[in-house]
Amino acid sequence: MEQLMADLKRQIIEALNLKHLTPAEIGDDQPLFGEGLGLDSIDALELIVLLQQQYKVKIDNPQDGPKIFRSVRTIAEFITAHKPA
Amino acid sequence: MAFITATASIRGKTLTRNGTIQYQDASLVLPEFLLQAYAALKSDYPKFYKMDPLSKLGFLAAEVLLADRPLAAYPPEAVSLVLSNAHASLDTDTQYLAASRTVPSPALFVYTLPNIVAGELCIRHGLKGENAFFVTPAFDAAQVASYVDLVLAQPGAQGCVAGWVDVMGEHHDVFLYLAENSHRGLARAHTAEQLNTLYTGLWNN
Repeated sequence: MEQLMADLKRQIIEALNLKHLTPAEIGDDQPLFGEGLGLDSIDALELIVLLQQQYKVKIDNPQDGPKIFRSVRTIAEFITAHKPA
Repeated sequence: MAFITATASIRGKTLTRNGTIQYQDASLVLPEFLLQAYAALKSDYPKFYKMDPLSKLGFLAAEVLLADRPLAAYPPEAVSLVLSNAHASLDTDTQYLAASRTVPSPALFVYTLPNIVAGELCIRHGLKGENAFFVTPAFDAAQVASYVDLVLAQPGAQGCVAGWVDVMGEHHDVFLYLAENSHRGLARAHTAEQLNTLYTGLWNN
């Protein structure tokens, strides 16, 4: 889980062009949207693309998005639970 | 009678304000130049990193053009934005087309319109007046001057950020100016002749 979260932080910075941040500046449980990293709806779409490309994981129910993308840890938990064998 | 009160340009990887160099490094490729120029200006606006080259160019030029906050005393609705270029958003359209061969990027897609740069500048500087974006083969001083004069003749209008923001690959050509109904700053008459002199003067430097 720790390695997956570290990978995710690097991939999020790259995919979302967060070049003002380093992986160490993103907390495992820090909110990604709103008051946290301040990501927006376009970033959410990029995260969906990232999960599909890097981990072959799809979000079937869009209503689950806010819960899955709450933090790096929740994304890692979702990937772990849904990644193809 | 309107006046040209300030100018900004980016050409040959040189960023200027009223003809004075603010940042320059011709050794860099354009994407790296844009990042280094942003760092040099010490602006705190993380959204910059997400912008396409067209919006980054417009952002940097507007940062130096409006560095002294000349619009602070005007109501947001009193300041307009009139931009033009030759390549529309083709630079980003091309990148998006290439990216679409795998998984299309939503972040790239949102920049596949030329007037997105206008929106970015309106958000950054709180401009709520009319905004327009024209695509013409080359900088058309007569058309720009005529349109900006019309905008500034509207009741309540006080200022207009206008000019040319063009990019295609490494080619980049930016000339922004601030037109106001007040006689201040550079205080040059807002005429097509003056605009042509200022714009073509960049090529001669």
